[in-house]
Amino acid sequence: MLNRRARARLSADAALLLTAAAFALPLLWLALASVDADADLRVRAPSSLTGDNFTAVLTDEITFTPMLNSLLLCGSATILTVVCAALAAYPLSRYRSRFNRPYLLTILFTTCLPITAIMVPVYGLFVQVDLIDTTYGTSLFLATSQLPFSIWLMKNFMDGVPTVLEEAAWTDGASNFQTLTRVVLPLMGPGVTVVTIYTFIQLWGNFFVPFMLLLTPDQLPASVSIFTFFGNYGSVIYGQLAAFSILYSAPVLILYVLISRRLGGGFALGGAVKG
Amino acid sequence: MSTAHAGRQQGRLWRWVPLAPATLLLVLFLAGPIAYCVWIAFTNTQLTGSSSSDFVGLANFRRAFADENFRNAVWLTLVFTFVSSIVGQNTLGLALAGLMRAASRPVRTLTGALVIAAWVLPEIVAAFLLYAFFRREGTLNAILDWLQLPSQNWLYTLPILAVSFANVWRGTAFSMLIYSAALSEIPKDITEAAQVDGASGARRLWHITLPMIRRSIGTNLMLNTLSTLSVFGLIWAMTRGGPGNRSQTLPVFMYDQAFQKSLIGYGTAVALLLLLVGSLFSLVYLRLMRVEV
Repeated sequence: MLNRRARARLSADAALLLTAAAFALPLLWLALASVDADADLRVRAPSSLTGDNFTAVLTDEITFTPMLNSLLLCGSATILTVVCAALAAYPLSRYRSRFNRPYLLTILFTTCLPITAIMVPVYGLFVQVDLIDTTYGTSLFLATSQLPFSIWLMKNFMDGVPTVLEEAAWTDGASNFQTLTRVVLPLMGPGVTVVTIYTFIQLWGNFFVPFMLLLTPDQLPASVSIFTFFGNYGSVIYGQLAAFSILYSAPVLILYVLISRRLGGGFALGGAVKG
Repeated sequence: MSTAHAGRQQGRLWRWVPLAPATLLLVLFLAGPIAYCVWIAFTNTQLTGSSSSDFVGLANFRRAFADENFRNAVWLTLVFTFVSSIVGQNTLGLALAGLMRAASRPVRTLTGALVIAAWVLPEIVAAFLLYAFFRREGTLNAILDWLQLPSQNWLYTLPILAVSFANVWRGTAFSMLIYSAALSEIPKDITEAAQVDGASGARRLWHITLPMIRRSIGTNLMLNTLSTLSVFGLIWAMTRGGPGNRSQTLPVFMYDQAFQKSLIGYGTAVALLLLLVGSLFSLVYLRLMRVEV
């Protein structure tokens, strides 16, 4: 019996390692090419180790401006999303009304809509109301695109906060807003953190929205500028492309590690996946 | 207590005010564009020149169904969705989740980390990595050479398969996480009882495991399909829908018609169709989950 279990474990290990290797190869290329003086498209040991690729891309034009743009764009959108989601989640979580269920179902329905499909009309509308090529306009749209899921998550986290303390606060004459900001939100700190970071990660990687709505090169976030960089130089200087990719991906990888423990399987599509 | 109660009564309407900012954003930036989408899809709006746009009824849709390129895009979208989402991400995710339960801890951690890293990476970076992997001079061909197998220019000969595999690489983690959670909820004694009764691995999978996680399977298939339907950046960065239109799925086709060919009306009609398919899947999904809210 033990023998059979050991054999099962061994074959499972072998199968997993094979898959892991397949998943690792592209990542390995990224790591190796970024320190290779003359990188090509194959995974191979660097002909000579160098940090030149990183120094070459660490310029205002290639790295700093786009990263700052990304931070501005995604940071403001994230704040907007989280604030709106927290506000909206509160009545949805605390008060009963006929109107809760349809509202939440609509939110959940919207969560699943392919945002890609509405980008053409969004572009059209943005041209008409003169929001095209503005960071705040794009940021507003990005925030909205993440809003349904954030509201849903936030509401689920909020449902987990007991109402006893709020009732005490109400009795003491606190307003709803005070109750929310002083009592409920601090109690669901981890939940708010997860929603914030998750939203930010999603926005940081978003390519299509800024690709459509922003035109001026100076305003482009890293997700789009890296694409342009690739189009212009990518087929020549793979080492620099890899270095830039690492710099651009690092923030989200780090942020993900920070919240990963809270993101167990059930989270994957959030509170939404209720067994 | 009674004053607080009275105050709350008075605030019955006020209490819904916090819903306003979110609702406003959703109406302006989500419902608005969708309504606009429905309108534009029935006009002949163009990007360039004359700002006139006339109501043309179903012309855009008739045009779409008669358009060979559109049918090609529909077909490729079906292939892309079937290969990468239904077969690839879903099956591989389930297999990984199952194997991880049997595997040793370090292997489990390592595999999980790699698969998830591929998922967390920004879409464009993933696209580059897989582009490098599938290129003529890329890693895949290097391995095939080493194994003495014939190599080829994957992005040219089988572009839709290359982007499908790229999507599997990028999206499997999601299924893996969902199935890991689902499998961990199956009571141990059930599987063990079946094992004692001498049910083989395959039979246990078919008669016990799969029925017990069927709701997760439904959820996962729906969500995978929905996210695969809207993949744009990955394909655009890897092949731009090419060579020719051989990896041009619906989102890429839509973009191409609306912006490269300046046919906003036509592109929007395609977008509307995509949106309809997406809505249909969403509704099925909601139905399937029987959400309690």
